[in-house]
Amino acid sequence: MITGSGILRGLWTTFRHFIKTYLEDLRSGKKRYFTTEGIELRRSPDVEGIFTIQYPEEKLPVPEEFRYIPFLVYDEGDNGEKEIRCTSCGICAKVCPPQCIWIVRTNDPVTGKPIPQPKEFYIDVDICMNCGFCAEFCPFDAIKMDHDYEIASYDRFKEHIFDLERLSKPASYYAQIRPTNFMREEAARAEKEAQKAAARKPAS
Amino acid sequence: MSEQVGVQSSSLTERFPEIILPDSRTGYSGFLVKPENLVVVAQALRDEMGYDYLSSVTGVDYLPENKMEVVYHFYRTIGGGALVLKTQVDRENPVVPSLTPLFPGAEFQEREAWDLLGIRFANHPDLRRILTWEGFHGHPLRKDWKEPFFEEEAKPFKSRWPEGHVYRAEDKNPFHDNLQYPAGFDPEQWSPETDELLYAGLKRVDKSDDLLTEQVVVNLGPQHPSTHGVFRMVVVLDGETVVDLKPIMGYLHRNHEKIGERNTFLQNMPFTDRLDYVCSMSNNFGYALAVEKLMGIQPPERAEYIRVMMAELTRFLNHIFSIGFLLNDLGAFFTPMLYALEERELILDVFEAVSGSRMMCNYFRFGGVARDIPVEVMEKIRKLVFDRLPRKLDEMDYFITNNEIVRGRCEGVGVLTAERAIALSASGPVLRASGVAYDVRRADPYSIYDRFEFDIPVRYNGDIYDRYLLRLEEMRQSLRILRQVLKDIPDGPILSGKPQYQVRVPAGESYGRVEGPKGELGFYVVSNGKPNPWRYHVRAPTFINLTSLAEMCRGQKIADVVTILGSIDIVLGEVDR
Ligand code: SF4
Ligand code: SF4
Repeated sequence: MITGSGILRGLWTTFRHFIKTYLEDLRSGKKRYFTTEGIELRRSPDVEGIFTIQYPEEKLPVPEEFRYIPFLVYDEGDNGEKEIRCTSCGICAKVCPPQCIWIVRTNDPVTGKPIPQPKEFYIDVDICMNCGFCAEFCPFDAIKMDHDYEIASYDRFKEHIFDLERLSKPASYYAQIRPTNFMREEAARAEKEAQKAAARKPAS
Repeated sequence: MSEQVGVQSSSLTERFPEIILPDSRTGYSGFLVKPENLVVVAQALRDEMGYDYLSSVTGVDYLPENKMEVVYHFYRTIGGGALVLKTQVDRENPVVPSLTPLFPGAEFQEREAWDLLGIRFANHPDLRRILTWEGFHGHPLRKDWKEPFFEEEAKPFKSRWPEGHVYRAEDKNPFHDNLQYPAGFDPEQWSPETDELLYAGLKRVDKSDDLLTEQVVVNLGPQHPSTHGVFRMVVVLDGETVVDLKPIMGYLHRNHEKIGERNTFLQNMPFTDRLDYVCSMSNNFGYALAVEKLMGIQPPERAEYIRVMMAELTRFLNHIFSIGFLLNDLGAFFTPMLYALEERELILDVFEAVSGSRMMCNYFRFGGVARDIPVEVMEKIRKLVFDRLPRKLDEMDYFITNNEIVRGRCEGVGVLTAERAIALSASGPVLRASGVAYDVRRADPYSIYDRFEFDIPVRYNGDIYDRYLLRLEEMRQSLRILRQVLKDIPDGPILSGKPQYQVRVPAGESYGRVEGPKGELGFYVVSNGKPNPWRYHVRAPTFINLTSLAEMCRGQKIADVVTILGSIDIVLGEVDR
């Protein structure tokens, strides 16, 4: 092999990469940048030429399973009140690897017996390692992983312990970010209800 | 395999009838030997029985029995299962003869056991702390050692539920109060020893009959752009030539193993992601294997295929990434790197879609995987494996392999011979580029690797260029495995049993190892039947591969040190743990 041909090959490869970007630009016209279609184009296995997504002007859509910080799901009652799904069973707090979930259970003021509802619920998001175990093992579908990853703030001491208020998000939001999961869970719930109803009938 | 174990045990007990005792504790295997006989037995293992590869050395603190145990895993480089040797010493003054003179690959691992468990190794050439700093007080992996902000022996902590009134650890226990000092110690007055001891350990050339040039000590790192993280090398230079070198690590040390022993078994899974954060899927794999062995469960078929698929995709992305970095180190600043990153990003998209995170996958569970692969993602993997990745690999090959600068700087540089590679317990591409065809997937098959057709590439020169070529070839083989996986993957469940957050792990020990992209990744787990592992040890391939760094660098030019380091392919998250 002639000395220098290896280097020429390398330069040729780089040059091709460079040219391809412009060819792709010409071929797909305006839609290549700053459009959903363009972003999809630039992350598909067929992509050639430039690859970069220009964050924050452009954002990569996240897949459904994407996980960031957990949130608590509430259902909206008939007259708009929040019905938090969490029963404060404590499983998420037990399974959490860095132990960043803190729950205070509600006790009945008269009898002192526990009521299935959290009085306080905190997640220290500085410590949360985004593992998703809490959502995976919650038996009531009450805690789910959020998609919102832009949560930087100015004061870590004031703002990085999320409380019940900050953590609560409506079921409709959950349905929107994780449609398949939501449908599956709803179907399972409906089936359970139906079974319960069927079991109740002969007794009455 | 059980047959083989039979042969080993009888020949070993026959050879040393008085000295060797089978380990009869339930759930344990291997042999117990008295410390004073350790060296003789190890020598016989190496010289007479072909156990030439000392893979892992670690210690266990059996506090209730007041014993320290050192556990050795020996293998034959021709393949087969482990021979496990153990030696027990008193906890108060544990001294064990060092195996470093016989197996130089034990050097760093013994230093680690000294550092973290306080086991002394007599005759060790350089027994200093390795992961913690010189001023560190105590040996953190001892069961009675407590970390700052210590709360309870084991998770889950009681303070979290049902009366979980949140507080910050540092508010309750502000800085300075969270440290333990030895009696009579004044932190204000203390100044660390200089690195005298370290510098004194470095070899110099004898120059009495030569020109009197000065030999200088140079510190490369810890903050050096080419050390791939916070990593430091001390080199003695004679002109431009490296006379000796010592790596210094631990800047990223967080005592992963102590955290692991506070955690429950499942809670460790996301922590393994953070070891070699480029290859979290492989880390999950190794840990899942170790615990599954203890629990005696098997993942269902589909899960096995998914596991292999993820592990091979990981190998591909790791190798292409490391080739990119190698070119960076050679001065081809970031162009090849970014071409490599493109392919990596596409694979990470797949990981993100199945596991929820690009790098911290946390995807494996005991007895399977966390969730099934969506149809459209499967389609994407197919497209990648059958079309894009082979094409891009060929392009990379065309782009780099015959480049004159690459060849000029890599051929014959950083040579490690086969003999030394085995002695130094090198593993993975480093070992195979030196002419030893040792790959755990073949030598001691796990999961379903015995079903696939693939070659174990070997190269014989043991230099940087061969390590590069070997990685290239391994990627081709990974694609070959992936094609078979995609063809054969069956439908079915992806988890045996119900998802559980509190698994029952019977008492005993197990060692699960996989051929990670960087070498043999092993997890040594001891359970005492409680929800938390009693001992959790990681055999980190890059940490042990660094033992051979000095060997590769001696006699080379200083400018090549960076490239040699790049060719070992280290990740500090795993080295420092
Ligand atoms: S596991 Fe679910 S229901 Fe139980 S405490 Fe956590 S969020 Fe509430
Ligand atoms: S995502 Fe993981 S670390 Fe974060 S709160 Fe849930 S269990 Fe804890």
